[in-house]
Amino acid sequence: MSGITAERAVPDRPSRADSYLTVETGLASWLLTTDHKRIALLYMAAITVFFFVGGAGAVAMRIELFTPQADLLSADAYNRAFTFHGVIMVWFFLIPSIPVILGNFLLPLMIGARDLAFPRLNLISWYIFIAAGALAAYTLLAGGVDTGWTFYTPLSTAFANGHVLAAATAVFVAGFSTIASAVNFIVTTHLLRAPGLTWFRLPLFVWALYATSVVMVLATPVLAMVLLLIFAERAFGIPIFDPLRGGDPVLFQHLFWFYSHPAVYIMILPSFGVISELVTCYARRRVFGYSFMVYAILWISLVGFLVWGHHMFVSGQSVFASLAFSLLSFVVAVPSAIKVFNWTATLYRGQIVFDAPMIYALGFIGLFTIGGLTGLFLASVPVDVHVTDTYFVVAHFHYIMVGGAVSAFYGGLTFWWPKMTGRLYPEGWARFAAVMMFFGFGFTFFPMFIMGFLGMPRRYHVYPEEFQVWHVLASAGAVILAAAYLLPMGYFAWSLVWGRRASANPWDATGLEWQTSSPPPRENFLVSPAVDRGPYDYHPAHTGPPSMEREPHRPQGGQA
Amino acid sequence: MSGAAAREATLQKPWRSLRREREAVSFGTWVFVASEAMFFAGPLLAYAAYRSLWPEAFAAAGRETDIVYGTVNTALLLTSSLTMAAAAEGARARLRRLTLTCLAATAALGLAFLVVKGFEYREDIHKHLIPGAGFRLDMPPAQLFFAFYWLLTGVHALHLSIGIGITVTLLIQAWHGSRPLPSPAFEGAGLYWHFVDLVWIFLYPLLYLMGRS
Ligand SMILES: [Cu+2]
Repeated sequence: MSGITAERAVPDRPSRADSYLTVETGLASWLLTTDHKRIALLYMAAITVFFFVGGAGAVAMRIELFTPQADLLSADAYNRAFTFHGVIMVWFFLIPSIPVILGNFLLPLMIGARDLAFPRLNLISWYIFIAAGALAAYTLLAGGVDTGWTFYTPLSTAFANGHVLAAATAVFVAGFSTIASAVNFIVTTHLLRAPGLTWFRLPLFVWALYATSVVMVLATPVLAMVLLLIFAERAFGIPIFDPLRGGDPVLFQHLFWFYSHPAVYIMILPSFGVISELVTCYARRRVFGYSFMVYAILWISLVGFLVWGHHMFVSGQSVFASLAFSLLSFVVAVPSAIKVFNWTATLYRGQIVFDAPMIYALGFIGLFTIGGLTGLFLASVPVDVHVTDTYFVVAHFHYIMVGGAVSAFYGGLTFWWPKMTGRLYPEGWARFAAVMMFFGFGFTFFPMFIMGFLGMPRRYHVYPEEFQVWHVLASAGAVILAAAYLLPMGYFAWSLVWGRRASANPWDATGLEWQTSSPPPRENFLVSPAVDRGPYDYHPAHTGPPSMEREPHRPQGGQA
Repeated sequence: MSGAAAREATLQKPWRSLRREREAVSFGTWVFVASEAMFFAGPLLAYAAYRSLWPEAFAAAGRETDIVYGTVNTALLLTSSLTMAAAAEGARARLRRLTLTCLAATAALGLAFLVVKGFEYREDIHKHLIPGAGFRLDMPPAQLFFAFYWLLTGVHALHLSIGIGITVTLLIQAWHGSRPLPSPAFEGAGLYWHFVDLVWIFLYPLLYLMGRS
């Protein structure tokens, strides 16, 4: 029972002089901080702004699509709206959100470190991100881009009349921020783990961050280069993809998707980690098949590099290439399925508590399963040829990225909110918001599967009347979804002032991050923690709970 | 400064031992270098694809680059890697004079490379080797070769300039004593420098030996 005593020794609340939130005050102490916890909050502020900006693009689209005619936006303005929505949501919201907010905050805490390996690099990466965001804002104010987030050539290099150069530069600069964070996370995981915290005792969220960082480090530079090539061709007339001089526009697609398929895993792998933490804690069960979960994460990050051609079935690539990419895409679906099965098996004989984070997690599992299964439809060449560039594709990737990644982000934020701020959120409102997000999401995006399969093409703002009923459903669902996103912002802000004070470990979770006060002190732990067991020791290994009485959980380690 | 005090001054948060911090800096640089390798892998792959599509045009275009400038520059960069390695080892062994001399030599060799490159660029412009109207060769895919020539040498020169900047900064800091010699930064800078060098080892045969065999 040494774990329990160690836990009791932790004060619930740090003194004002200790808490990372109050140890220093004033604007400069925030803008020049090297504390990973404060930098996580800086990222949260910036990314919230981008979420609103990208969301505004979605709102404009959903209003326009309410009727079959063009009422709100011209064709050109519509092109700019969906491009901006895509660029902002992909590179300024989905890719950074979980790693640099939750990851930045939790990685050192979960492995018992005082900070990330390179604290100043961490701060610099935030400033790079802000610079990139400023460029993106400039792009918008100057009139936007009309190429779609994919920047396909020769449209982007020769024909587009938007601000392609500014947008490409913004994404290019954002990549440096991503790479800097990823290098930091990798080195931290290798070299700053607490004594006793072996690789196979790492919480799955740490594994997920680690694998994500590896993908970031190896994929992002390819995007940087391909954007540079676009820039060179558009700005200086250097012919890389120009068919008149022997260049090949399809080569652009190869390079772009070599990044952008792994980017899907950059967006979803961190969510896998978050969901593993939530499901184990609220089912009071050790995760089912820990080592398989780890191998699945690593398998996904490796094979994810080998499937990019499934975005190019209609590009004119050889049939043999299409078949190979199709097969590999089925292969990469296997580890994702393993994860879904293991989460489900973790619930078996668990003492499930339907608190808000668990509702988000269960919603994630359902939506991710639908998104993943329709991904298999799209990985089969004949089906993909039928639904290429339709709303079926739009629905599929929104199920993964919005139903999946955004649900996990909200769930994780809710779960760790007491640790980050020292305050409890209002549980009833949070459950309401979580349920509302699930249904709002379904109303918005499920109709898109149907109309896509019926032939509604993406990226058009006028459409035949037969599709209107589905578009109206989607637009109405989007209203619910928007409310479900805004509501937590309201009660989180409310809780900062009026929320109840959180104890060090309000959810009786086992991770090291709960073995310090809420909010943590500047140095994370007053005494360097030691680890003596694997994660998720909620119940003795092979038995389920005998009754509704909770057995005492054993934390992974503590400040002995 | 005594050894222990120097070690104290070098140790940064969150590290508890200098050995560990040194390991982190070199490991972090290696990870970054892996990222950089992927950065250059993209255009090298594109080069390979186009080279197999248009072999004659690439051979003809390759004969237009100036092999004298290219070879001199290869020699300069290889020598600079030697001096950089000596500087990193010197810093580790706390040989102040050796470190300072070798850092200065490295920066000077890097600058010499850029100067030679500048002369070469002037000649290239003179010979109408910029893709676009009035290009020297009338095979259109030859312009593709020179697209890669300008892009790759330009990006390499940018990397080298950053390397020179880092080297000069470390030189000044070591001179003033504001950065003690046991600092892991010397080894990290060395790794980066060698990588930039290695990129050139790939570019030299692709851009200068192409079509000359
Ligand atoms: Cu894909």
